[in-house]
Order: sequence, then structure tokens, then C-alpha cells
Amino acid sequence: MKNHVLRPLFLVIGVVLLFLAARTVLVPADFGVHERGYMYGWYRKGNEAEWKAVKVKYKTVAYCKECHRDKYDDIKSSPHANIECENCHGPALGHPDDPPTLSIDRRREHCIRCHARLPYKTSGRGDIRGINPLTHHVEAECTMCHYPHNPKREVKK
Amino acid sequence: MINRRDFCKKALLVAGGLAIPLTALEIFNPRRLRAEKSGSGKVRWVFLVDTHKCVGCGLCVRACKIENEVPYDANVTRTWVERYVVTKDGKIHVDSPKGALDGFTSTKIDQGAEHPLEIRNEDIDKAFFVPKLCNQCDNPPCVQVCPVGATYQTEDGVVLVDRSWCIGCGYCIMGCPYGVRFFHPVHRVAEKCNFCYHRISKGMKSACVDACPFGARRIGNIKDPNDPVTKIIMTERVAILKEEYGTKPQVFYLGLSREVK
Repeated sequence: MKNHVLRPLFLVIGVVLLFLAARTVLVPADFGVHERGYMYGWYRKGNEAEWKAVKVKYKTVAYCKECHRDKYDDIKSSPHANIECENCHGPALGHPDDPPTLSIDRRREHCIRCHARLPYKTSGRGDIRGINPLTHHVEAECTMCHYPHNPKREVKK
Repeated sequence: MINRRDFCKKALLVAGGLAIPLTALEIFNPRRLRAEKSGSGKVRWVFLVDTHKCVGCGLCVRACKIENEVPYDANVTRTWVERYVVTKDGKIHVDSPKGALDGFTSTKIDQGAEHPLEIRNEDIDKAFFVPKLCNQCDNPPCVQVCPVGATYQTEDGVVLVDRSWCIGCGYCIMGCPYGVRFFHPVHRVAEKCNFCYHRISKGMKSACVDACPFGARRIGNIKDPNDPVTKIIMTERVAILKEEYGTKPQVFYLGLSREVK
């Protein structure tokens, strides 16, 4: 074949080879079609492990009660029994090592999530005892009068 | 010069060649065929929302944002709670201020830039709260549209985003009919609810399920017939969102009303 045909042919072959070489280097070995097939399962398998390795921050009440059994018993016998410790005390993270103490959310905004009165008869919200946050002791934190672990009990002065 | 007979022969040959799909040239791979048959795994995560129990406290949204490190004050969230107020004049008012991050603490309906709408209690026919999250669809349109394979579905049915692979084109955000995807303001890639994959794969429940004091949110494995969530889905009257889209969502709702879209 003539030279002017071969030269561009070699160039094209070279470009294709370069592309294939770059592809093997750049695309990870675990990238490809996995369990869910080509349409939904074409991805880098290693990413699953990366997501599984994300740190758990909320350790749940099972973790809290190992040390704070008294507080656990306290709240479990009250109308607030279903509220997780970490909803008010913040995520445990590595407590008690890191952080050694947890902050407590005592803000009014936190209590009125449920206890701002919304008179919806067709929702469970209507059955929750509530106040009008704009008129009910605006200056005070709720915990000054209401004991959060057991709202039925008198607050400890 | 080409004659008519040769032209017709060659034209037929080319047309025949074009008609062969590229897949026909692929070598048969039984492993891939087996993989494409669903139902090989032992786990398929599903979610159950009981709208009768939700009171709109937003503790789920708060826990989700902290657990999954979505910037707390940014107006994006993996899960959110919507309030529906249907008035006697037939109007449907829907709001979700900041995704209900701080709950619903006022009867006023958030209207964005406009003044909040005050609705008198006597005018209300029904009012209720609906939590929303990723449906982890069996036919996830967001995965189909990804041009680079950065979002995918795991064998146990959870749709994940590969943050190091995502190019941020935003097709998936447009493709989701439920609007659950958004751009992560820090990582600058597509972000979505993944049922707290790091928690469920350790035998825990997702952060929103643990945070809900009312039991409105539950997570389970539909392939386990003894799972309490599976039992409810199989025996009670459950609904899904936007069934007509054919996405086969795997978040089931108890007490869903027709106003909910």
C-alpha cells in the first residue's frame, strides 16, 4: 500500500493504543458491571466500602444506658420514654473519650418542636399538650419549670 | 461505474449490517446474566412511613443532617417533612420551612418570599405531616441518567453516589421525580439519602428512624418474611409515591392522602 495511506493509518492506531493504555491506568480495576446489571450496577465497587466506613455519630439509647442507667430508668417511666437521649444531648460520637462532655439543648425552640400547639385534629400533633410559644413565659427556658426527663414530676429546685 | 444490481446488493448488505445491534456482538457472559436476575441477595432494604404518627417535630431531619454531615443551616437536606393543610374552600396548602429542620412551631404556612399565610382553625378540613426521603427505587431513573457511573444501586437495593467519581453534571438531580437529590455544598457533588448505609450495614437503624419518638419511620428487609416492616407492607394497606412513573419506589406509606404528591 502507498505511504500516504499507511501514515495516517499508523497515526489512528497509535491514538487508539494510547487511549486504551490511558484507560487501563485511569479506570480502577473494580470499576465495571456489578450485581444490579449494566443499567443500575455500573460503578466502582470499592465505593460501597467507603460508604460503609462512614463514622456512626448517633449511638442510640442502648449505648447511653450502659453508663447512665439511672437516667435511662428515669425517662423510661415518663411520657417522654420514646425520646432518644441524643435528641437533646447531641450525638454521642466517641463519648466519654471524645468528647468528654455532651452539650444539652435546652432552647425553647427544641421543646416547641412538639409542644407548640397546633390544633390539627386529623394528625397526632393535635393530641400533644402544647403552648403558644409567643405568649407562654417568653423569657424563660422550659426546663426552669418542667423536668424534661419526666414532665409529670415537679422540677428539682 | 456501479450498476443497479450491485447498488441494490450493497445497500441491502449495509442495511443488514446496521440492523445488527452492538450487543449481538458481545460474547455471552453467564455471570453477568445471573447478576442481572434480581433476587440473588438476601437483603432488600425498604422503608415504612406512618403518616398517622408523624407530628412534624423535625427531629428526624436534625439527626439526619448531623449524622450525614450535611451543613446544618444550608437549605438542603436528605430527608424533610411536609405539612399539608386542606381548607374548607378546597385549597391545599403545603409547606416545609427549611425541610422542617426545626419542626413546625406555628400554624402559619410558609410561602417563601411572600408573607406567611395564617389559616384559621375553623377553616381546616384536614391537616397532617408527611416525611419524605429517597425512595431507593427498583428502577432508579437517577442512576440511568448518570453518564459516568458515579451513582449506582447496590445488591441490597440502596442507591449510592461515588463522591470521587461524580462530575457534578446534575443530570441525576433533574432526573429524580421525587426531588430528593441536591448538590452537597461542601463536597460539590450530587448528594442523597442512602438509608444511612453505614448504619444499616452494621445492623443499626438509620438515624432518622432512631430519632423519631413517635415510631412514624421504620426500616426493614423486604426479603425477610419475619421482619415486622415486611409483615406490615404485605398485610396492611400501603401506598407509594408517584406510582405512575414506574420507578417502583421502596418507601411505603401508611395513611397517605391523595393530596400528597
